[in-house]
This record gives sequence, C-alpha cells and structure tokens, in this order.
Amino acid sequence: MNDAEIKQAIIDIISDIAPDEDTSNLKPDVRLREQMDLDSMDFLDIVMELRKRYGVNVPDTDYMQLATLDSCVNYLRGKLVSKTAKV
Amino acid sequence: MEYDAVIIGAGMSGLAAGIRLAMFDKRVVVLERHYVWGGLNSFYQFKGRQLDVGLHAMTNYVPRGAKGKPLTRLLKQLRLRHEQLDLHEQSFSLISFPSAKLRFDNDFENLRGEVRRAFPREIDGFDALTREIVAFNELDLDAPQISAREVVRRHIRESLLEDMLFCPLMFYGSAREHDMDWDQFVVMFKSIYMEGFARPQAGVRHVLSLLTNRYRELGGELRLRAGVKRILTRENEAVGVELQSGEIIEADHVLSSAGLVETNKLVNGERGIGVPSMSGHRPEADATGKLSFTETISVLDAPPKTDATIIFFSNRDRFEYRCPDKLCDVDSGVICMPQNFKLPKPIDPLVRITNIANYAKWTALERGDGSSEVLIPSEWKVSGIRSQVSGNGKAIPETRYPIPDTSKTDTYTQAKQNFYEHSVAAVTPAHLPDFRSNVQLVDMFTPRTITHFTGHEGGAVYGSPRKSRTGETGIKGLTIMGTDQGFLGIIGAALSGISMANRWVLKESTASEPIA
Ligand SMILES: Cc1cc2nc3c(=O)[nH]c(=O)nc-3n(C[C@H](O)[C@H](O)[C@H](O)COP(=O)(O)OP(=O)(O)OC[C@H]3O[C@@H](n4cnc5c(N)ncnc54)[C@H](O)[C@@H]3O)c2cc1C
Repeated sequence: MNDAEIKQAIIDIISDIAPDEDTSNLKPDVRLREQMDLDSMDFLDIVMELRKRYGVNVPDTDYMQLATLDSCVNYLRGKLVSKTAKV
Repeated sequence: MEYDAVIIGAGMSGLAAGIRLAMFDKRVVVLERHYVWGGLNSFYQFKGRQLDVGLHAMTNYVPRGAKGKPLTRLLKQLRLRHEQLDLHEQSFSLISFPSAKLRFDNDFENLRGEVRRAFPREIDGFDALTREIVAFNELDLDAPQISAREVVRRHIRESLLEDMLFCPLMFYGSAREHDMDWDQFVVMFKSIYMEGFARPQAGVRHVLSLLTNRYRELGGELRLRAGVKRILTRENEAVGVELQSGEIIEADHVLSSAGLVETNKLVNGERGIGVPSMSGHRPEADATGKLSFTETISVLDAPPKTDATIIFFSNRDRFEYRCPDKLCDVDSGVICMPQNFKLPKPIDPLVRITNIANYAKWTALERGDGSSEVLIPSEWKVSGIRSQVSGNGKAIPETRYPIPDTSKTDTYTQAKQNFYEHSVAAVTPAHLPDFRSNVQLVDMFTPRTITHFTGHEGGAVYGSPRKSRTGETGIKGLTIMGTDQGFLGIIGAALSGISMANRWVLKESTASEPIA
C-alpha cells in the first residue's frame, strides 16, 4: 500500500467505528483525538481493526504512534498488506 | 475449545457483549433461558396490545455529537449512528412531594432554576454538589465505596431537597435501601439530571431489534430456552457451562449477566449463597437485593391532562426507599406516561405506575386458581369519577382509600387487584388528574413475575447491593457483567457488557495472541 492508501485505510476504519463523525476533512498533522470524539476504547478498536483487516499487530507500547494521520502512515508504512493483495 | 466465549443472558448487557465479541470474530454464543430476549427490559403482547416490560425512558440522552458521554461511547462501540436509535426527548418530568415540586428536563439549567426557586437558600450548596459530581470520575472502577448521603449532606442542608434529589435516582437504580454508593449516585445524577430522558418511537422493541440484528449480522449465535444449570470450572478456572438439558458447552470465557448471587450459585450450587467464594469484595450479611417493584400498566382511551412524561412522587416529605412491611408501598413511586415524549406519531395513552414491593410477601401468597388478571372496577366506569383538575400538590386527598389489611388478602390475584386500585388512588389527584374513568385495560406485574422471567433472586431489579465493579469473580475466565457489575438501566447495562467484553476477552487477545 502506498501512503495515500494507508491514510484512506485509517479513515475508513474511523468512519466505521464512529459513524456519527465527519471524517472528510481530517487534518493529517493534528491529533485525531482533538478533531474527533475518540477515547481509549476507540483506539483499541482501531488497533483491532488493523489486525482484523490487515493482519498487523500494534503492541500497547506503540499506541502513541497512532496519534495523527501522518504518524499512522509513518508507523504503518510497509506493514499494511491489503486483504485482496494477500489472497 | 468449542467457543471463545459463552454469555449467560440475552439482556442488554449480554447482547452488547455479544456484539463486541462477534465483531472481532470471536466464536460466541448467547444463552438465554427465557423464550424471548431482553431480560428486565423485554416486551410482550397482552390482549392484542404490544407492551414493554420495563421501559419508562432511556436515560443518558444527549444529542448527536455530544463528546465523551455514555450514549456516544455506546454508539461507537456498537457502530451505530445516533439516528438509528430513533430517540425522542421527554417533555419534562416532575419530582412531586407534598411540600414541594421540582420540574426537570433534558436541560440541566432548568433543574438548577427550579432548585433556586423552591429552595433559594440551597442554591450555592446545589452548585457545589454539582461541581463535585462533575469532577468525579465514575469510571474509576477501583474508587472506594462511600455513602452518597454523607457527601450530599455536606452541601445540602434541607432534608426535603436532599430526599427530592435522591428520589428519581434511587427509583431508577439503587440496589441499596435508603442510601446509594457515591459512585452510583454520580452515574445516576449525570444520566438523569445532566443528560436526560428519551425513547424510541417503538419503545424497547426497537432497541432490541437493533441489537439482535447487529449481533446476528456479525455471525453471533443466540440460543433461546437455553438456561444454564451450572458453570463448569477446573482448578478455579471457568471451562464452560452445562445447560438445563444436560448439554455441555465448552468455552474459554464465561460472561454472566445472571447476577452476583445467582452466578455464585451456578458455580457452587445452592450452598453458594452466603459463602461467597467469589472474592475481592467486602462481604455483606445478605447479598440478595431487597428492592423489588410492582408495576401496573393502565391502557387508556384518552390521556390524563398533563404534559409531564415522568413523575417521581412521594406522599411523605421524608422519602422512604426501602422494602416495605406490607406488600407494596403505594405512597411513593414513579408514574410514566410514554405518550408524553415528543413522539412523531401518537401512541396509545398509558399510565405506568411503579411501587416498591416486598418480595417475600408476594411470593408467600397462594396462587389461587384461574387467571391472575386485574379487572377494571365497575364503579370506575359508572360513578362518574370524571377527570378532575389536578390538585395543587399541597395536600393528599382526604378521601384516601384505606390501606388494605394484607393478612386478609388471601390470594395472589386478590392482592394484585387490591394494590392496583390503591396505587391508582394514591396518585390521583395529588400528582396526576384522575384517569380512572378512562381505563380500558390493565396489566400488572409483581416481584414474583420478575423472578419468574429473569431469574433475579428476590425480584431484585437492581440486583445485589454488592457489586463486582471490575467484573472479577475470583474464578479465572468468569466475569460478572450488567446489573451486578454496577451499571444498570438500558444504557448502563449495555456499556457494562461492552466494557467487560473489551477488558476480559478482547484486550487479553490483543495482548497475548501472536499475529495470524
Ligand atoms: C419494571 C422495570 C422498568 C425498568 N425501566 C427502565 C427504564 O425505563 N429505563 C432503563 O434504562 N432501564 C429500566 N429498567 C432497568 C433495565 O431493564 C435493567 O437495568 C437492564 O435491562 C439490565 O440488563 P442486564 O443485562 O444487566 O440484566 P437482565 O436484563 O436481567 O438480563 C439477564 C438475562 O439473563 C437471563 N438468565 C438469568 N439466569 C440465566 C441462566 N441460568 N441461564 C440462561 N439465562 C439466564 C435472564 O433470563 C435475563 O434475560 C427497568 C427494569 C424493570 C424491571
């Protein structure tokens, strides 16, 4: 996946987790928590969805890496293989 | 292992927990002993009417987008949009005591204004109490247990105001007589006064079909008439359950919404009670809750002349929240008129009245033979008790029905009939214009009904006064959720199921399982 695809993958997960949130104008360099109503339970969901959809495991100690869209992309670069590509 | 998790009970907590586990591909089955789901908040059909078992109101109402509130947390965890719940707000509710009335709605400032109007000298105390409540983190599951009365009395001096503030919070969620745990008080204060009441147009059926549909969509399995007889353990670790039918189901985790005492019995047999092997909490002499309720539902041909949605009343200025010596205490209770939510489509007008009841007395009554139906007294129809104008709330009507001598009430059916008539007489016209001539149909349930349908011992709607706040039982893999984890009501119980599933099943798997 390229960076744009990774970013979209994260946005898709957030839109599924929080269907009431508007995810169309998220700023890539601002903390997600500041732009939306996300709490630690929601970050657990992001982590579990990453694992479910892309087989990537994010250990507790790396949760901070998911703070902004940019940091998500940096952290996940090279780690995400889309399900279709895997098959 | 056959299942990753077995869930006991298809109430709000069991269904919500099931959704979370199925969402992350856990093999999960919800086992329900009854032939329908919903538990304490289920639904039924009675003489062609669709009735809800419990639903007065969903608490915790906040509009879409409110940040960090229980309702928004619940929606996200179940991946529902706010509008899917189809919530419509209350008009207003009343706390109605002989010497004062307080009105509140979903805007907290209005309650504050009412306190200032009726208790001008208490407003600073009320504000200080509010600040202490806002600052308290009720989600800290390890907070020490302290008395809510003690904390409230530091701020509020007039006992009348103290009791009026406690009244709705106790009726909607206290497992303890007379007092509440402070954390529970905070949860209820926020959910009722600071957030608010709403209901879906179609009542609890709507909530339940959202939950069951989501659960099934995700591949979760729901089995009805599948009562659990025993929880199986090996070396202090839960390994599965045995059903009433004798069938054995193996599982890594067992999450139980049956209640603390009830779950203890499922592990330890009848001896379980009083010898809590389930550890970690201070023992109480009798862990079975003492608070049970009767509820009467009167279906009307025309609504009573009031816009109030819910009325919490007491006919005494000192509010008594305790198991009564008689069958029921008709002199305090909750009156709900679901037609007075701001609903887009009109619904059949109802008056629901909830009173505190004595479980032991109700269960000791002879069943009698034949139906236990409540009849509409013929004099209600003919004697011209026409809708009267509401009293000013100052005085209780002088022509009070005499309280029946329960020792003479020999059968269950007669007791129901008696108490229905008394509970109606005790609210009109002091709290509600008389609606007796409009009654078309009556149904009533008692503590006996609650235990029969939900298995909660002592008919204890709010469970045991002893809660397992972390869900732990002392047995590995066995978790308590719902009412006896300490979160109740529709929203509370569902959040409890979610947080217990997250904490004890899902988190564990993210931490330990290697990547596939
Ligand atoms: C009259 C009444 C009015 C209410 N009104 C409201 C209201 O207006 N608003 C609100 O928010 N809340 C209301 N409540 C409270 C609310 O219904 C409960 O707090 C909530 O539903 C509790 O959910 P739960 O999952 O913890 O437990 P339950 O609903 O009790 O679920 C437990 C389930 O487990 C099943 N079970 C028990 N033992 C076994 C076993 N051995 N094997 C298999 N299954 C078993 C039971 O049959 C039951 O279905 C009301 C309750 C009552 C009784």
